[in-house]
Amino acid sequence: MRKFVGLGLAAVLAASLTACGGGNAATSTTAAPAAGNDTTTEAAAENGNEETTASAEGGAFKIGVIGPLTGPAAAYGIAVQNGVDLAVKEINEAGGVNGAMLEMNSQDDEHDPEKSVNAYNTLKDWNMQMLVGAVTSKPCIAVAAESSNDNLFQITPSGSAVECAAPENVFRVCFADPAQGTASAKYIGENKLATKIAIIYDSSTEYSSGIREAFVAEAANEGLEIVADEAFTADTNTDFSVQLDKAKNAGAELVFLPIYYQEASVILKQASDKEFAPVFFGVDGMDGILSVKNFDTSLAEGVMLLTPFSATEEGSKAFTDAYVSAYGIEPNQFAADAYDAVYAIKAAAVQAGISPDMDASSICDAMKAAMTEISIDGLTGDGMTWDAAGETGKAPKAVKIVNGVYEMQ
Amino acid sequence: MNKNKVRMQNGITYAIVVGCWILVQIMDKTGHMTSLLRGILVPLCMYSILAISLNLTVGILGELSLGHAGFMCVGAFSGAFLTKCLENLLPNLQLRFFLAILIGAAVAGICGILIGIPVLRLKGDYLAIVTLAFGEIIKNLINVMYIGLDKSGFHFSIKDTMSLGMDETGVVIIKGAQGITGTPKASTFLIAVVLLLITLFIVLNLIHSRTGRAIMSIRDNRIAAESIGINITKYKLMAFSISAALAGVAGVLYAHNLSTLAATPKNFGYNMSIMILVFVVLGGLGNIRGSMIAAVVLTLLPELLRGLNDYRMLIYAVVLIVMMLFNSSPRAIELRSVLLERFRRKKEPAAKEAA
Repeated sequence: MRKFVGLGLAAVLAASLTACGGGNAATSTTAAPAAGNDTTTEAAAENGNEETTASAEGGAFKIGVIGPLTGPAAAYGIAVQNGVDLAVKEINEAGGVNGAMLEMNSQDDEHDPEKSVNAYNTLKDWNMQMLVGAVTSKPCIAVAAESSNDNLFQITPSGSAVECAAPENVFRVCFADPAQGTASAKYIGENKLATKIAIIYDSSTEYSSGIREAFVAEAANEGLEIVADEAFTADTNTDFSVQLDKAKNAGAELVFLPIYYQEASVILKQASDKEFAPVFFGVDGMDGILSVKNFDTSLAEGVMLLTPFSATEEGSKAFTDAYVSAYGIEPNQFAADAYDAVYAIKAAAVQAGISPDMDASSICDAMKAAMTEISIDGLTGDGMTWDAAGETGKAPKAVKIVNGVYEMQ
Repeated sequence: MNKNKVRMQNGITYAIVVGCWILVQIMDKTGHMTSLLRGILVPLCMYSILAISLNLTVGILGELSLGHAGFMCVGAFSGAFLTKCLENLLPNLQLRFFLAILIGAAVAGICGILIGIPVLRLKGDYLAIVTLAFGEIIKNLINVMYIGLDKSGFHFSIKDTMSLGMDETGVVIIKGAQGITGTPKASTFLIAVVLLLITLFIVLNLIHSRTGRAIMSIRDNRIAAESIGINITKYKLMAFSISAALAGVAGVLYAHNLSTLAATPKNFGYNMSIMILVFVVLGGLGNIRGSMIAAVVLTLLPELLRGLNDYRMLIYAVVLIVMMLFNSSPRAIELRSVLLERFRRKKEPAAKEAA
């Protein structure tokens, strides 16, 4: 009996292996571009722009997207997917890049480095030529190692750990973690917001601890005194009374929160219960605090944050409207980063003069050089430029929450 | 089972592994290989090793362990730590990787003994819960550990990288929750298959040896085993630590397959332990070949279902339930035996006619 079952399973295994091997054609059909994409291509054809049609038939740039579309980090991955989708549609409607259309295929990585590499390989089977991703830091590091092996152009919208952009084929739209910490300390010091600072950070994520480390290092140069430096972990992120008591007793005038908005909303609630009212200062992870369910947004009054993107800002109005009408939710900075990433690809592709019939490696070589020569005005910064290390040069924007909306400082 | 039958059964198991390897080589040569499949080969071997090693504890020793991912974590970190430390001393990556495998196995094995001494006094559910706690402790310990290396030696801290107090030549090797970044990609399919064969060799030989029979007698009737003079503690510890050491090997493979290694709930938490347990239970308790095949099928499945997008997790769960039912519900077993009987009957007259 056992033998029979064993052999049966072995047969299944063999079948699945061969199915996988011969599945090249199947992969590309299932991975066909989003329906919206097809219609835009057709729309371009109807417009009678023959050149576009011809080159669209000749080939389109295949852009892969990797991000968490399921699981706890899905909000970020879906935002990036939507951001890329919107930008791709817009660019295709406006005639594409160098006369060629863009085609997009997004794959789920569940915020897991191992799955991320699988997603990357799936996209390679689809003949991806450029990659927007991965969305989260750890998967991005794993994918960057693979893409640098293959010499495939990669731009991550939001992989903020330093190592994400370490290979020379990888560029990023967001700030690196230390850059945010340093920028925050500088901003606080230069604007004389406070001198006694308390920090509450999540020691179990590299995002939070990375920003905090850079902040502490820079705080010394700015004459800021760290009076309390309290950590929590993913397992203890529901009660912050100990950390807040310490900050309060140490007489902190400003509490620096390099954390995500869910936890920040709990901290704000508990601080108001304790009648502790310092200045709360966050970074880009704080963006989204006004959309937390069951959260009294009046508690967030006066919170300051450094963020590259604000949905209510004048410059991002067109994007926000288009995004809301297409996907039914407010865009966040991940969507904006992704949107900018696609426009950066477009600008660099025009600069490099690449065409879809080139292979991924020669596209990468051309794009690497072109990325350092372009400058674009995006949603997350004006005059964005990139250096050869893949880091972006843009100024962080500080906003303050006043009457439930962001107000630029 | 007589000796020849055992040999044949073991032979089939080895042959499946070697056969798969040959199949992959042929596909590679004839260009039928997709990038996805090429990338997933090492994880397939790794999960097979994990499933086989856990089967030794759960199926052969008969103790439910929910902390297997903890041993994998220990192996992964000690192995990756070694390859990072010896980067300058020993430029030969293959040699370093070989050492890393040995160290990973040794450290995980020692952890297995250390944990085993107090834990194996417990039975059943209690043991399961303590091993679960152990796995979480390992993960959390690694998440607060900062280890750096400079010319004056190692620096250790559980606070942050600044408190390591290293000079300018210092390199942070383990960086708390960020783990180890930049492990070289040394795991290849060939190495993974060889390790899988070694694992099979160790486990299959152990099971069919005198020691293995002693271990199984503890599982079947502890009191009877004790009464005939079997040293229960010794055999329990032996099975538990061998299982841990093999999980450590799988951990080293994992660490050297990705360039980033962090102890997250996803890869080294109890989710992973339970995932491995699912492989074992689906493959059949005590059935080594079965757990190997279950590991391969269940790892491949979500990747092959990628075309279904968000529905793939749902389908995966449904398929898992169906497979479990098919494999172990009494009705399904009855149905299977009826089908098998019919199949045999059809064959027999044909054979007689031929004769």
